[in-house]
Amino acid sequence: MSRIDETFEALRKRSEKALVVFVTGGDPPIEQLPAILQTLEAAGADIIEVGLPFSDPIADGPTIQASSQRALDRGVRTQDIFDAVKAADISVPIVYMGYTNTAMRHGFRDFAQRAAASGATGALLSDLTPDEATEWRDAAKLANLDTVFLVAPTSTDDRIKLACDAASGFVYCVSRTGVTGAANAVPQDVSRTIDRVKSITALPVCVGFGISTPEQVRMVCSVADGAVVGSHIVSLLDQYWNDGAGSNVLREEVEALKAATRS
Amino acid sequence: MIQLPPDARGRFGDYGGRFVPETLIPALDELARSFEAAWADPAFQEELAWHYKHTVGRPTPITPAKRLSQEFGLDVYIKREDLCHTGAHKLNNAIGQALLAVRMGKKRIIAETGAGQHGVATATACAMFGLQCVVYMGSEDVERQKINVFRMRLLGAEVIPVSSGTKTLKDATNEAMRDWVTNVQDTHYIVGSCVGPHPYPVMVRQFQRVIGDEARAQMLEGPGQLPDVAIACVGGGSNAIGFFHAFIPDTSVRLIGAEAGGHGLETGEHAAPLTAGSPGVLHGSFSYLMQDEDGQVVGTHSVSAGLDYPGVGPEHSFLKDTGRAEYHAVTDQEALDAFVWLSRLEGIIPAFECAHAFALLKKLDLPRASTVLVNLSGRGDKDMESASKLLEL
Repeated sequence: MSRIDETFEALRKRSEKALVVFVTGGDPPIEQLPAILQTLEAAGADIIEVGLPFSDPIADGPTIQASSQRALDRGVRTQDIFDAVKAADISVPIVYMGYTNTAMRHGFRDFAQRAAASGATGALLSDLTPDEATEWRDAAKLANLDTVFLVAPTSTDDRIKLACDAASGFVYCVSRTGVTGAANAVPQDVSRTIDRVKSITALPVCVGFGISTPEQVRMVCSVADGAVVGSHIVSLLDQYWNDGAGSNVLREEVEALKAATRS
Repeated sequence: MIQLPPDARGRFGDYGGRFVPETLIPALDELARSFEAAWADPAFQEELAWHYKHTVGRPTPITPAKRLSQEFGLDVYIKREDLCHTGAHKLNNAIGQALLAVRMGKKRIIAETGAGQHGVATATACAMFGLQCVVYMGSEDVERQKINVFRMRLLGAEVIPVSSGTKTLKDATNEAMRDWVTNVQDTHYIVGSCVGPHPYPVMVRQFQRVIGDEARAQMLEGPGQLPDVAIACVGGGSNAIGFFHAFIPDTSVRLIGAEAGGHGLETGEHAAPLTAGSPGVLHGSFSYLMQDEDGQVVGTHSVSAGLDYPGVGPEHSFLKDTGRAEYHAVTDQEALDAFVWLSRLEGIIPAFECAHAFALLKKLDLPRASTVLVNLSGRGDKDMESASKLLEL
C-alpha cells in the first residue's frame, strides 16, 4: 500500500475528500519551496503536486506557462526541485507533475529512482498516455513510484479502462477539454465522466483543471474523491508569497479549500 | 496503400508515436481512421488529384539548370515547387487536409506557421472551402514576415500572434496544440509539417509525396535516368520527406537533407537537430531535437523562418539512423551566397529555406558529372524585405 492509498483510506474513515494542490517547482524561487510545501501541509493539503517546469508545456494555460517560464528563467533544474522536496521533509504524499521529455532525458529509470529518493510517492507526465508508457511504468514500479494517468471527457470507455489499468494511487480526471487554468464554472457533465470512471475502477478519482474556489471544490467532491487546485495556488504564490511574508494568505486559502472537502 | 513504416502506432523505427494529453487521443484516433479511409477511397483520390491539377497547378516541371551545371561540373535539375499556387509546396498538404476536414464535418481550422507559407496555404484552402481559419504565428515571425500576415488576413484568416517563449514557430505550435485540446470537438488542426503525433507525420508525407512521385517519373521520362543525388532542405521536413519518399527504394539515389546551420554549429546558434541534436519528445512525437542536459528545448537561430525550428519529423530521424539519408548543416552565410548565385545563374529566386539545399551543391564534394535533383520547395518573394536588408547589391 502506497502513501497515496493510505491517505485516501484515512480520508474515507473521516468522511472527507482529498484536497490536492499544485505548486511549480522553482516559482517562487526554489529556496522557498520547502517552506511552501510545509505551509501547504499545515493548512490541510492532502496531496501536493510539484510541477517540473518544461519549456513547451502544451497542456498548460497562461498561469502555469508563465510560472514555468519564470522558474526556467531562474535556472531551476529537475534535481534542484528533487533536493528541495527532500529538504521539506513533509509527510503528505508528493506527486511530481511534468512532461515526458524531462523524464526521458534523464532516462525513465534514473528519473524514477531520483524522484523516489526525494521522498515523492508518485508522478504524472501530462503528455504520456498508457499507450506509450510501458517503459515508464516499469521504471516507476521498480522505484515504488505511483503512476497517475489522466482521463478526459473525450476518453472512450476503452480508453478509461486503459488509463485505470495503468494508474496507481489515483486517477486524474480532467474536468473539461482544454488546458490548465482557473475557470468561472466547472462543466456540469463532469459528473457523467466521473460516473463512467467509477464504473470501471475502484481507484480514487480526483478532478482537476478549472477548479479554484471552495464552491467548486465542494461541487466536485460531491461526486469525486478529491479536487485538484493548481493555477489558483500558483497565482496566489506569485502575488502574495513574498519570501514567506504572505504565507498566511496561502494558509487561509488552503484551509478554506480543505474545509470544502469535509461537507 | 500506405507503405510501411510507420507501424500501426505511428512508429518509424523508434521514432514517432503519440505524446499528447489524453484529451487529444480520441481525436487522433478519429483522424487516423478518417485519413486511412479517405486515402483508400477512389473518390477522395480523384478529388485530391483534381485539386493538385486545377488548384495547386500540378504537375510542377523539372527544369534543367544549364549554367548552374556548368559552374559546378554537375548535371543539375530543379523540381519546381516554387511554381505551386501560393508559392510553395505547402498547399499540397493544406488542400489535402482541408478536404479531409470537410469529409470529417469539421468547420473550424487552426494552423501554426513560421515563415507564413503554411499559414497562407491553409488560409487559401479555407477560403476555397468556406472554413473558419485561425493561424497561430510567433510574434517575432509576425514582425519579420509582415507580407504573409497581410496575405492571410486578406484571405479571411484570423492571425493570432504568440508572444510566449521564443516567439517563433515552436511556441506558435504549442499555442495551436492548446487551442486544439480546447476546441477538439469542432476543430481540425492542419499541421504544416511532417511532425506532431501520429497520424500527422505519415499523413503529411502522403499529401506531399506527389513531389517525389512526379519528379521520379519526370526524371525517367526527360533525362531518362534517376538522379544520383536528391537534395532538399529540412526544417520540420515536409518538402524533403515528400520529395525523398519515391526514391527510398532506389538505393542508388543518395538522399541529402540540408539543415539550418545558422551562425555555425560551433556557436550553438542554429536549427540543426539531426546534425547536432539528440532524440527526445517535442510536439507529440519522439524525434531528434535541440535540447539541454535537463531536457529543456533550446532556442534556435536561422536566417530562414521556415527552418527556425528545434525539432524535425520522426521519419527523418529514422532515415538518418538507418543511413538511408544523410543530413548536413548549411550556415546562414552559405545559404545567402546560394540565394544570390542561383538567382544570377538561373534566373530563379529561391526562398531562403531552399537556398540551404542549393548551397550543398557547392559545399559537398559531389562526384563530377553526377546527376543531381534539387527540390526548390518555394519561391523567394516572401524574403525580399529581409534580403534587401542583408545583402548589398
